[in-house]
Amino acid sequence: MLISQDDRLSFEKSKPGRRAVSLPRERFSGEDSLKSIPKSLLRQTPIGFPELSELDIVRHFINLSRKNFSVDTHFYPLGSCTMKYNPKVNEWAARQEKFTALHPLQAEATAQGMFQILWELEESLKEISGMDRFTLQPAAGAHGELTGMMLVRAYHASRGGPTRTKVLVPDSSHGTNPASAALFGYHVVEIKSNSHGCVDLEDLKRHLDEHVACLMLTNPNTLGLFEKNILEITKLVHQYGGLLYYDGANLNPLLGIARPGDMGFDIIHINLHKTFSTPHGGGGPGAGPVGVKKHLMPFLPGPLVEKTKKGFEWASPSPRSIGRVKLFHGNVGIMIRAYAYLKTLGKEGLRKVSEAAILNANYMKENLKDTFKVATEGPCMHEFVLSLKSFAAQGVHAGDVGKRLLDFGFHAPTVHFPLVVPEALMIEPTETESRETMDLFIEAMKEIAHEIVTDPEKVKSAPHTLLVRRPDDVLAARKPILSYRDQIREKVLLAEAVV
Amino acid sequence: MPYLSLTEEEKKAMLGQVGVRSFDDLIMDIPASLRDPKINLPSSLSEPEVQDLISKLGRRNTTTRDALSFLGAGSYEHFIPAAVFEIIGRQEFLTAYTPYQSEASQGTLQAIYEYQSLMTELTGLDVSNASHYDGATSLAEAALVTLRHTDRPKLLVARSVHPHYRETIRTYLAGTPYKVEEFGFDEKGNFDREEFFAKLNADVAGVIFQTPNFFGNIEDLEGVSEKIRANGSLMILTANPLSLGLLKSPGEWGADIAAGEGQPLGLPMEFGGPYLGYFVTSKALMRRIPGRLAGLTQDADGKRAFCLTLQAREQHIRRERAGSNICSNQALCALAACVYMTLLGKNGIREIAEINWDRATYLRQNIAKLKNFEVDSTQSIFNEFRVKSNKPFAKIEEKLMAQGIFPGVALERFYPELKDQFLVCVTETKSRENLDWFVEALAKC
Repeated sequence: MLISQDDRLSFEKSKPGRRAVSLPRERFSGEDSLKSIPKSLLRQTPIGFPELSELDIVRHFINLSRKNFSVDTHFYPLGSCTMKYNPKVNEWAARQEKFTALHPLQAEATAQGMFQILWELEESLKEISGMDRFTLQPAAGAHGELTGMMLVRAYHASRGGPTRTKVLVPDSSHGTNPASAALFGYHVVEIKSNSHGCVDLEDLKRHLDEHVACLMLTNPNTLGLFEKNILEITKLVHQYGGLLYYDGANLNPLLGIARPGDMGFDIIHINLHKTFSTPHGGGGPGAGPVGVKKHLMPFLPGPLVEKTKKGFEWASPSPRSIGRVKLFHGNVGIMIRAYAYLKTLGKEGLRKVSEAAILNANYMKENLKDTFKVATEGPCMHEFVLSLKSFAAQGVHAGDVGKRLLDFGFHAPTVHFPLVVPEALMIEPTETESRETMDLFIEAMKEIAHEIVTDPEKVKSAPHTLLVRRPDDVLAARKPILSYRDQIREKVLLAEAVV
Repeated sequence: MPYLSLTEEEKKAMLGQVGVRSFDDLIMDIPASLRDPKINLPSSLSEPEVQDLISKLGRRNTTTRDALSFLGAGSYEHFIPAAVFEIIGRQEFLTAYTPYQSEASQGTLQAIYEYQSLMTELTGLDVSNASHYDGATSLAEAALVTLRHTDRPKLLVARSVHPHYRETIRTYLAGTPYKVEEFGFDEKGNFDREEFFAKLNADVAGVIFQTPNFFGNIEDLEGVSEKIRANGSLMILTANPLSLGLLKSPGEWGADIAAGEGQPLGLPMEFGGPYLGYFVTSKALMRRIPGRLAGLTQDADGKRAFCLTLQAREQHIRRERAGSNICSNQALCALAACVYMTLLGKNGIREIAEINWDRATYLRQNIAKLKNFEVDSTQSIFNEFRVKSNKPFAKIEEKLMAQGIFPGVALERFYPELKDQFLVCVTETKSRENLDWFVEALAKC
C-alpha cells in the first residue's frame, strides 16, 4: 500500500512512546503540581491523544488535504456561495506577526495600525453598501442575521406601538433567514415568488400589517434575479412600520452598481468570505459585519471603533445597545484579508468585479439553456438556476448531476436549492474564472445531459473516479459514530479500509 | 484588476454571444435611480503597494512579542508549532468549501472527525460538534440547549465566568421568555456556594461554571453536579482546554455540556479572532447539538468514508424549526486545534499544562515577596492569577508600559468593586529572565 493512501485515523497510526513537539524541560517553581494542587481538582483519567512523530503527522494531514476539492485546485460553481479566488497577498497580510501577536485587550495606543484597518474597513463597507455604521463583531452571515434580528427587536421595543410578531421571508430564501428569525420567537411567514421568480407583491401585501417586524430579503435573490420592484417592496414594508433586512449573501454583483442602503434597507449583513474574497476554510471562519441606517445605530453591539483627535479608540456602546454578540472584536484575521482585498480593488475595481461576475453567469446560462431548462427568463445577475425536471423520466436527480460533475473535475453546483425550483442546480461562476474554464464546464454539462439519456445509471451511481462513492448518510444518521471513542465503543473498526 | 481573467476582447465576444449590445442591457432590472452610485473609495493599489501599506500599519502596533505581555483574560499567548501553520496553510484545506459534497471533501471530513475525537478525549464527554464561533457564542448556544431541553425558564451563571461570555449570553437571551440569574464569588474569587445552592430551584434549566474561572482560580466543583442533577437541571462547564492536560475534565466533574474557547489550542491571538468555540455534550443531548457533525460511515462499495451527519438538526434542512441558525463555523480554526493536539500528543498535552502552571506559580511566589502587591498563595490556579496593588493600578500600568511591559488586565473594568486588582497570565512563552525582570520592575513601582 502507498503511504499516501494510508487512510487510517491519526489514532490508529499511534505508537506509544512517539512524540512530535519538544517542550522546555526546566521547571522554575520547585513545586510539584501533583502535590500542590489538591487531588480532587486534578485529572484522573488519561487523555487518549495519539502518539506520532512530526513527520507522521505532517504526512497524515498533507495526504488528507489531497482528498479535498478546493478553489485552488478545482472550479467551484456553487450558487450563493461565491467561491471566488482567494488572493494570496491577503493571506500574507493576515499572517504578519504584527497582527497575529496582538492581544485583544491591549492598550488602544499600542495597536493603532490594527485600529486603522478596522476603521477603514468599516468606512469602505459603508460606502459600498450605503449604510451609516457597521459592527464588525458577527462571525458569519448567520451570526449577522442573528444580530440583525436582535436589532429589529430592540428597535421596535424602543418605539412601543403594536406588538410585532412576524418576520416575512420569500420562499426562495436561505435556510438561515427563517432559522434566525425563529430563534427570537418571531413567527416566520413565507412570501410566495411570482411566476418570474421574484417576490409576489400581491402576496406580500396580503401579509403586511402592523405586526410585521421585518422582511428579510436577498437581492439579487437565490434565482439570480434582481428584485425589480425593490423600491416598492421597501416602501410597502416601511409604510406598515416594518424594517428591511438585507441578506448580503448575494452582494457580489452589486459592487459599484447599486447599494442596499439606497434601496431602502435598514439592516444588512455582508459575508466577507463571499464578496470580499476571504477563504472558506472548509466551512469557516468567515465574518458577517452588520451595517445599519442611522435610526438603528444606537442599538449596535459594542465595541465600535472611533476616530478621535488622539487616534483610534473603542467607543463605549450606547446605553440602548443590544449588547455584545461575541467575544472581543470579531474575526479580525478575516477583516485584515478583506481590507487587503479592498485596497487592491480600489474604487476602480469594484464595478469590474461585479460586471465580470454578471457576464460570466450570463455566458454560462446562454450556453446551457438549450440543454437544460433555465428556471428564469431573461438575463441573470451573478448566478442562475437550472431545473432537471425534464429528466424526471430517467430518474436522475439534480444531486446526481452534481456527483457526476466531480468525475469531470468540477465541484458540484448548489443542488436542490432554492426550494421553489424542482430539481434545482444553482450555478455561480464568480468573476475570477476564465472563459476556458467555463467552456470546459459547459462541455461537461452537455456530456452529462447526453449520458442521462443514454446511460442514466452512470450518472445515478457517480462519482466513479474519486476515492469514495456515495457515503451512506442514512447509515451515518441511524447509527451515529462521531468520534474514535464511539468507534471503540461500538467496535466499528473498519480498519479494513486500509491494509 | 489582478484577479479577473476576461480580456476586453473576450468580454465583447461574450456580450455578443449572450445577445446584448452592452453590459447595461444585463442589469435592466435594476431601477435607474439606484444605478451607478457614487462610491468614495481610494484608488486601487498594486501588490507591492499593498504589502508596503500592511507592513507600515503593522509597525504602528506593539505586539506581545515586541513587549513583554502578561495579558490573558480569555486570549492567550502560546507557542504554536510551525507545523500547524504549514498544514492549515495548505490551500486544499484553506480554499475548500463546507464539506457537503462528501466525495470531494474526505480530507476535511476526516480532519473534523479527528478534531471531534480529540475534543471528546480532552473533555471526557461523548459528542463534539465541528466547531462554533467562539467561547462566548458557544456558551450562549449551550444555554439555549439547556433551556429547551428542560423546558424551564431560567439560567444560572456564576459571576466568575468571563464577563464577555456573560454579556453575550444576556444578549442572546434578551427579549426571549428566558431569564438569566447570576451568583457571586467569595473573597478568594471562587463561586459562592451558599448563594448558588440558594438559587438552584425548580425554574433552573442550566448552570454555567468556568474553571479555571475568570480570575484564574480552579473552582472546586465537588458535589455540584449531583445537586444540579437532583434538581433536574443541566450543568455547563467552560474550561481552558489546555488546562485539562492537568485538571479535572468537564466529564469528570459530571458536566452535561462542555462549551468554551479553544483559542489556546494552537490559534494566534490576532486581536481577538478568529477563534474556536468548542461544544461537547453527553450522548443524551446529541440531537440538540448546534452546528455541523462529521460521522463515520461506509460508501456504496463498502469502503470507510466520512460525511456530515444528523443534518436534520440544521437550518438548511429544518429552516424555522432548526435549534440553531449556525451555518459557517470556524472549520479552519478547528483544523488548527486538531493539528496542535495531535502534535502535542498524549504526553505533550500534560507537559504543556504543567509548564504553564509551573511558570505562573513561580511568578506568583515572587510577587508574593513584594511589599506593594498582594497575591493569594493558597489559591489553586492554572496559568493566571489575581494581583492586588496597594497603589493605583493605572499608574503602575503606565510606568510598566513605558518599559515595554503589558502587566496584565485591570479587573476594575469588568468588576468595579475590584479596584486596583489585575489579572496576570503566564504561559510557556515566558522565560525565567522575563519573569524575574517583571518582578524587578514591579518592585520599583
